[in-house]
Amino acid sequence: MDKRKIGTLAAVAVLALAACSGGSSGGGSKGEIEVWSSLPRQGSSKGQTDTIVNAINMALAEKNNTAGGYTIKYSDKDDSTAAAGKWDEATEIKNANDAVADDKLVAYIGTFNSGAAKLSIPILCGKGMVMVSPANTYPGLTKAGKGEADEPDKYYPNGCTRNYFRVVAADDLQGLAGAKWAAKLGAKNVYVLDDTELYGKGIADVFNKEAPGQGLTVLGRDGIDGKATDYKALAEKIKATNPDLVYFGGITQNNAGQLWRDLRDAMPNVKLMGPDGILEDAWIQAAGEAAEGTYITFGGLPADKLTGKGADFLKNYNAKYPNNPPQAYTAYGYEAAGTVIAAIEKAAATNPADMSALRAAVLKAVSETKDYEGALGKWSFNQEGDTSLTAMSGNIVKDGKFAFDSVVE
Amino acid sequence: MEELVKALTIGVTNGLIIALIAIGYTLVYGILELINFAHADVFMLGTAFTYFATELIVHGIGIPASSTLALVVTLLALPIIMLMTATINASIERLAYRPLRNAPRLAPLISAIGMSFVLQNIGLLLLGPSQKAVEPVLPRTDLVFFPSGAAWFGVDEMIVVGVTVPLLLALRWFVASTRQGKAMRATAQDREASGLMGIDVNRTISLTFLIAGGLAGAAGLVVALYYGQKFFQYGLQFGLLSFTAAVMGGIGNLTGATLGGLFVGIVAAMSDRFIEAKWTSVIVFSLLILVLIFRPTGLLAEQQSERA
Repeated sequence: MDKRKIGTLAAVAVLALAACSGGSSGGGSKGEIEVWSSLPRQGSSKGQTDTIVNAINMALAEKNNTAGGYTIKYSDKDDSTAAAGKWDEATEIKNANDAVADDKLVAYIGTFNSGAAKLSIPILCGKGMVMVSPANTYPGLTKAGKGEADEPDKYYPNGCTRNYFRVVAADDLQGLAGAKWAAKLGAKNVYVLDDTELYGKGIADVFNKEAPGQGLTVLGRDGIDGKATDYKALAEKIKATNPDLVYFGGITQNNAGQLWRDLRDAMPNVKLMGPDGILEDAWIQAAGEAAEGTYITFGGLPADKLTGKGADFLKNYNAKYPNNPPQAYTAYGYEAAGTVIAAIEKAAATNPADMSALRAAVLKAVSETKDYEGALGKWSFNQEGDTSLTAMSGNIVKDGKFAFDSVVE
Repeated sequence: MEELVKALTIGVTNGLIIALIAIGYTLVYGILELINFAHADVFMLGTAFTYFATELIVHGIGIPASSTLALVVTLLALPIIMLMTATINASIERLAYRPLRNAPRLAPLISAIGMSFVLQNIGLLLLGPSQKAVEPVLPRTDLVFFPSGAAWFGVDEMIVVGVTVPLLLALRWFVASTRQGKAMRATAQDREASGLMGIDVNRTISLTFLIAGGLAGAAGLVVALYYGQKFFQYGLQFGLLSFTAAVMGGIGNLTGATLGGLFVGIVAAMSDRFIEAKWTSVIVFSLLILVLIFRPTGLLAEQQSERA
């Protein structure tokens, strides 16, 4: 055959292939959409975020990676840097900007740290992109009057519709639970510390505010430098005030392990309490022996205390990922993904005309999540984006492991 | 009063460690007029080796962590760790600084920064990204008490002093009284003239790096045992304080580095204890700036004579 005929045949072949492959790959016939997560994938949180990503993958696999006729492509984004070993401002902002630029993206599961959410929410709000967090607990992100004076409106600028939701109860409840538990443990005098970041300072402030109402006297309030090499002199200062209990609001990655060791060295008998920022295996490893006997609150229930669908989730998760046992927030990652998938199905039913309409429909569907039956129980989102679940748990470190102690009302 | 003494003790203990690392900076600067940014990361590798040594002793050989035997064996590992860090430091000199011996001043400085990143990432590969506790080989038992019954210091502080002070004194003796020490002082004063006088300049510089590296390794062991933690970014945290100490005391001056280290340690402890931990960094670095404004060469440095 001469060259022109080969060329024509090739062109026809290519066109035929293009016509055939446009649209369906796998189960979804309406095309591909994307869901991203933005979590700290480096540093010591990696252990826990590995389990969260596994849970998200599991939630998607249970629906064959399709919802409402769309094929869902999941992207696991990292908002941390190796050098920082934890979430990084510039990286999170980049993730949010990339999300806004990606036309196929319909939902953003993130972030893990409240400080990072503060940066992404306004960026995503501008595009009307829904954001569901498995782990942010700083109250000011959704509730008025619980944080700074201009929160939460400053996260939803220019009158954009509220796009942020979280499946975990906020710190205004967890801080109060901490104060109640401290009083129940018999403490009268407490010293409050924080790691000067949004989450840590936030929950320490709540504890500080609620303490007098629970009959506790706050002896002092200090912020630690997460980059300092040791806290021995600070521990001496705290010892001089003779507290019954020391409360630290903060995350493992701000040198909480060293702090615990220095506090224990100086005061072998004082009670130590912290929030869910230190409820991870990495913290026990960092604190070593000093972790023993620490009281840790959590804005939810530990994985092995979940019932019904939650127990099923645990069984399936352990079967699928035997080498990555679930940590505090694994089930919450699963629930966040489940919420998003359910919303996509509801949105698809309204037959949106284009991606922009789909995003708006998904956002509306998430905000209307009511009586959702998932691994965490039956719950709804309220107008502010918070979950209706409020059960808090108290955990104690026993023999180098977290042990559930009680439900704290 | 007791509180003051206790805070001072903490300050001195921390200060001795900072001084040990600061001496490394000052030795190298004195002889090469180069700030060896990688020095603190060599110290970090020292903590890494100590971590592996304790893991080997407790989990590999099976000696229980809290026994005296474990402590003794770990301390016996000190010369080995010092030798390893000394070799690493001398190799860095051979690889990264010697080829740039005659290059403009900026080149070895950038090379040092690059080397610092290389070592940090090696640390990241060896140690993982998170802080982690070292086996508690160092007993925390308190030995000396105040009249009121409160604890003053114990075995752990004594071991810190017992390792750092002899090393500092030994270094002082070495630099002042031996031939190699004299060669080091001469090379620091005028490299070309020393070469003309028959001193093997390359060997002297290598020796300086060996000594600085060894001291960094010893500091690494002490920190890993006393603070009880390993972290690949320890170099960053300690390096900043030690470099500040070296500069405050007069870079190039050994006594200055020691005193600078003690000064930084004590100021930090006092600030943590009596003011607020939040202000400690501000206070330490403000003092650095003040010292540099009024005595640009540091507190103890001799005024530089004009070069002809």
